[in-house]
Amino acid sequence: MATVSLTVNGKPVTANVDPRTLLVQLLRENLRLTGTHVGCDTSQCGACVVHIDGLAVKSCTTLALSLEGASVTTIEGLANGTTLHPMQEAFREHHGLQCGYCTPGMIMAAVDIVNRRGYALDEATIREDLDGNICRCTGYHNIVKAVAAGAEAMGGQSMARKEPPRQAAE
Amino acid sequence: MYAFTYHRPATARQAAGLLAKKEDAKLLAGGHTLLPTMKQRLASPTHLVDLSACADLKGIERKGRNVVIGAMATHAEVADSAIVKEAIPALAFLAGHIGDPHVRHRGTIGGSVANNDPAADYPAALLALSAIVTTNKRKLTADEFFTGLYETALEEGEIITKIAFPAASKAGYAKFRNPASRYALVGVFVAKRGSEVRVTVTGAGEGGVFRWPEAEAALSARFAVKSLDGLKHKADGINADMHADAEYRAHLIGVMAKQAVAQATGK
Amino acid sequence: MSATGIGVAVRRKEDHRFITGQGHYTDDINRPGQAHAYFLRSPHAHATITSIDAKDAAGMPGVLGIFTGDDLTADKVGGLICGWMIHSKDGSPMKAGPHPALALGKVRYVGDHVAVIVAETLAQARDAAEAITVDYAVLPAVVDTATAAQAKTQVHAEAPGNTVFNWHLGNKDETEKAFKLAKHVTKLDIVNNRLVPNAMEPRAAVGDYDRGDGVFTLYTTSQNPHVARLVLSAFIGIAPENKLRVIAPDVGGGFGSKIFIYAEETVCVWAAKKVGRPVKWTSDRTEAFLSDAHGRDHVTHAELATDAEGKILALRVKTTANLGAYLSTFSSSVPTYLYAPLLSGQYDIPAIYAEVDAVYTNTAPVDAYRGAGRPEATFVVERLVEVAARELGKDPAKFRMQNYIRKFPHQTPVIMMYDAGNYAASMKKALEIIDYKGIGKRKRDSARNGKLRGIGFSSYIEACGIAPSAAVGSLGAGVGLWESAEVRVNPVGTVEVLTGSHSHGQGHETTFAQLVSDRLGIPIDNVSIIHGDTDKVQMGMGTYGSRSGAVGMSAIFKALDKVIAKGKKVAAHVLEADEADIDFSDGTFKVKGTDRTLDFGSCALQAYVAHKFNGQELEPGLKEGAFYDPTNFTFPAGVHICEVEIDPETGVTRIERWAAVDDFGNVINPMIVEGQVHGGIAQGIGQALLEAARYNADGQLVTASFMDYCMPRADDLPSFQVGMTVTPCPSNPLGIKGCGEAGAIAAPPAVINAITDALGHEDIAMPATPQAVWRAAQKTIGRLAAE
Repeated sequence: MATVSLTVNGKPVTANVDPRTLLVQLLRENLRLTGTHVGCDTSQCGACVVHIDGLAVKSCTTLALSLEGASVTTIEGLANGTTLHPMQEAFREHHGLQCGYCTPGMIMAAVDIVNRRGYALDEATIREDLDGNICRCTGYHNIVKAVAAGAEAMGGQSMARKEPPRQAAE
Repeated sequence: MYAFTYHRPATARQAAGLLAKKEDAKLLAGGHTLLPTMKQRLASPTHLVDLSACADLKGIERKGRNVVIGAMATHAEVADSAIVKEAIPALAFLAGHIGDPHVRHRGTIGGSVANNDPAADYPAALLALSAIVTTNKRKLTADEFFTGLYETALEEGEIITKIAFPAASKAGYAKFRNPASRYALVGVFVAKRGSEVRVTVTGAGEGGVFRWPEAEAALSARFAVKSLDGLKHKADGINADMHADAEYRAHLIGVMAKQAVAQATGK
Repeated sequence: MSATGIGVAVRRKEDHRFITGQGHYTDDINRPGQAHAYFLRSPHAHATITSIDAKDAAGMPGVLGIFTGDDLTADKVGGLICGWMIHSKDGSPMKAGPHPALALGKVRYVGDHVAVIVAETLAQARDAAEAITVDYAVLPAVVDTATAAQAKTQVHAEAPGNTVFNWHLGNKDETEKAFKLAKHVTKLDIVNNRLVPNAMEPRAAVGDYDRGDGVFTLYTTSQNPHVARLVLSAFIGIAPENKLRVIAPDVGGGFGSKIFIYAEETVCVWAAKKVGRPVKWTSDRTEAFLSDAHGRDHVTHAELATDAEGKILALRVKTTANLGAYLSTFSSSVPTYLYAPLLSGQYDIPAIYAEVDAVYTNTAPVDAYRGAGRPEATFVVERLVEVAARELGKDPAKFRMQNYIRKFPHQTPVIMMYDAGNYAASMKKALEIIDYKGIGKRKRDSARNGKLRGIGFSSYIEACGIAPSAAVGSLGAGVGLWESAEVRVNPVGTVEVLTGSHSHGQGHETTFAQLVSDRLGIPIDNVSIIHGDTDKVQMGMGTYGSRSGAVGMSAIFKALDKVIAKGKKVAAHVLEADEADIDFSDGTFKVKGTDRTLDFGSCALQAYVAHKFNGQELEPGLKEGAFYDPTNFTFPAGVHICEVEIDPETGVTRIERWAAVDDFGNVINPMIVEGQVHGGIAQGIGQALLEAARYNADGQLVTASFMDYCMPRADDLPSFQVGMTVTPCPSNPLGIKGCGEAGAIAAPPAVINAITDALGHEDIAMPATPQAVWRAAQKTIGRLAAE
């Protein structure tokens, strides 16, 4: 067992874990943040995507112990209190989810796309950048629409607050 | 995963010390090959030496005519680096098309190069650009470094610290992705430096990354897409699997080579 | 129309929990004291187990129990069942071998269950599994669908020639006669590729046992928890139904694969009592590939007879269907009654004859996957029709319209009585959406850029609802396929609806609430939909076969009728009027011709306080239940048109346009319906271009992860243009036909027809991978050069 201290959704967390513990296990089993899911074992499906220090990563392919001092944001930490994040709102508004299983990873990936590519996203860019997230329900049609709309809404919000993209996301 | 002891040294020197002292120790870079392998219990190191805290393995800088990239630079860092984009845009392009965005945030150039997966992208760039791999012990040319499928010249206890890419006057990369895994089914890197042209192929070789001398000769005469017209790679020695047989892969080498030249020449 | 009523694109009520990470899936459930199960699986496709030595493993850290098939047998736990009896041509019942939850002396596919290890942690269970020594005597494997019946090796002693049944449907003599009279016969050999459903949530189960009450609880990823309880109780013998509660919480997609009762949940719930601890198992993706029921896997020869004018005269089909190593829960129905009755498509075909041989192989069991039988039928019909049109020199759209059924009801030669439809209307609309007139120019533009463009049609029909019970019973189903509903009105007028349907992405919490909101005139937020728990919902048949709208909502409709009728009685008492004089609309009971009213909430309150009525005349309370059994299958139908552009240099096929026009009858929530269409098309495109489950000759699954099994990703797919036409379904009160499977049924032939159009030749196998298309395109280019 070994100890790791990090920040999860803005709160300091110290956990004593088996070195084998993956970030997704730390989140789901130790912290009971079960919004982050596991959908494959080959680091492809993206159901487990969270942000580490503002970057989207696959939490199934990251050791918890390697995150000493890091800041992790999960789907549970995306909303601002009871106010949903614009990307969450966009997924609901545009029916970007059906069974909901890939959704947390999809939303975290979508926010990351906006962080990297800005608020005006065309369809081809969104489709290419969703390469690391598999959805079996929606055929991606409405996810693509949701990401574009969510990006635009993040832009609007950021304009109002005069923030650069990355701050608006986290 | 099988149980292991975890180490997180702060410098490459400390990492090398652990590697030397601990029996059956393995280096963990971005972890995007090693961790899935360990999860499937196909690798079982007793000690895992995580390089993620080694600040001296990070960073990207311009040194004279070289772009020097720290072994722990992530694919995203290389793809987004103003230095790389300016000096060797094809290298940034390559890095920006490895895996997917999340993978690029964790996967590192050092990890990719040390693993020498036959379908990885970076080996093609190193070989085409005549990169120099610096380890904690020595310097190796790319020609010396890649020795076979998943095999490199790295010895026990040796850690890649940085990779220097001499800038090319023209370079391009084109990849045909495996539709399922998104690794390179065939990737071709072309680079021209002075009179030397290199054409390297990843994803297709039974022995890993290799050069295509006929294409190099054709492009040395004139560095243009047209120079490759009618040039076909032979299917001997080319990989075959359920996604692509040797004939199709060999054909794609020609197609990707042309696309890479087109990118290199801006056409 | 209210803002939340029928026909409105109401945003989903369930979404809030999913977009905030508060969904509640089976793997999210942890019971106090929970242990973990790991299944030791066969590495061989076919072998006799000569010994299992678990002595060392049993003593390893954390191990609570190691069990094999003998332990289940000793506890009188029966094998898994197939709930649909098929009889062969000669009248003999299908030849089914036993299907033990844990192997009894023999393993029959890679991934078959040899033993279960229950331990404190999953890692400990896996460690122990590696310490178990199993001696196998490896037998030759039967893998190939087409030749399984000729194989020397027999998968089950009960099934000589590896043949489960030789079944047929239709009129053989009339069909033969029609073929003799035909002017033209189109022939095709078709392989319908084997697929893995791959719901993103892997299967999982948590078994729990309350020693005090002797009650088992199983949390599981099921599309039909009541059927699971029925099978686990009545057939497998875990416990009587009143001592077994099955809960299917949020389920992350099913597509058929979570209908079935599998070994893992059976073993988990049984083992919970055995080790005295809750037992959890969650599949990893590799296990899912190996042991989830696969789909499709047909090999077919088909022929279509036409006369001189291009009128279709007859169709004959000979299919071999691979059912895998064991008969999964509904496997036998898929290549029979869910397949051959759809072979008439949208066409007036006087004579049809289909023969289906079902075979055992040493591969994972094959059962229903989105569409189940109907995609296979549609692929046969729509490929034949397309090729016939081309062979006859006719425009494929016009050829289809020439042969469409236009009078309803229409009795096909293969059981089905189509009740309503307007196929030409869907075709016309689809032609407009795709701009069929402009295809010539678009083809020329592509050609100028060195690309090949093609267009392909699919006029599909499906039979959904998978009901009425009498019909499915006569065809061999072991269960009735009605649905139940209970509408509980609370004293303040809020409503809980308990339904036997199960939502695993379909949005029932919204659409079902829309129906209630619409009919009772109450806000949608006042309505909660409860499903997936056998302790709450008395009985139900679950969700598959696009049945939740047509059957599940019709049950709610019927229960709402009863609630309104009871409400009228209450209102009559309260308003001191004659019951016959009470009207109900927009949430208000009103005495006809007066201004005396009682709103729904007040009515509910009066029903519960019951101060104003005499108990002899009227029972207190407002709660009604209904079982609904429809009078016919429903027949959703439509036209999908796919336009592709092929790069002959690489063989890459890009889908440039997709027009989908579907007739689902009346639509409750168009947003959700369109979402179902999108998802179905994506799975159909996956089948046509990307996906294939491949076994090697030794029976090893060589596509056992997403590294090799190609799942459709966002950049593989286009955006879709979806339109609708409406002919209400006459056999249920809401006029709904069902929409869940349409896309997966329609899409594959549309894609392949488009590719073969672009290539200018008549066949390419699915999946049409870049390599296959490149190879075919070389022939095309050679031919074009010669021209």
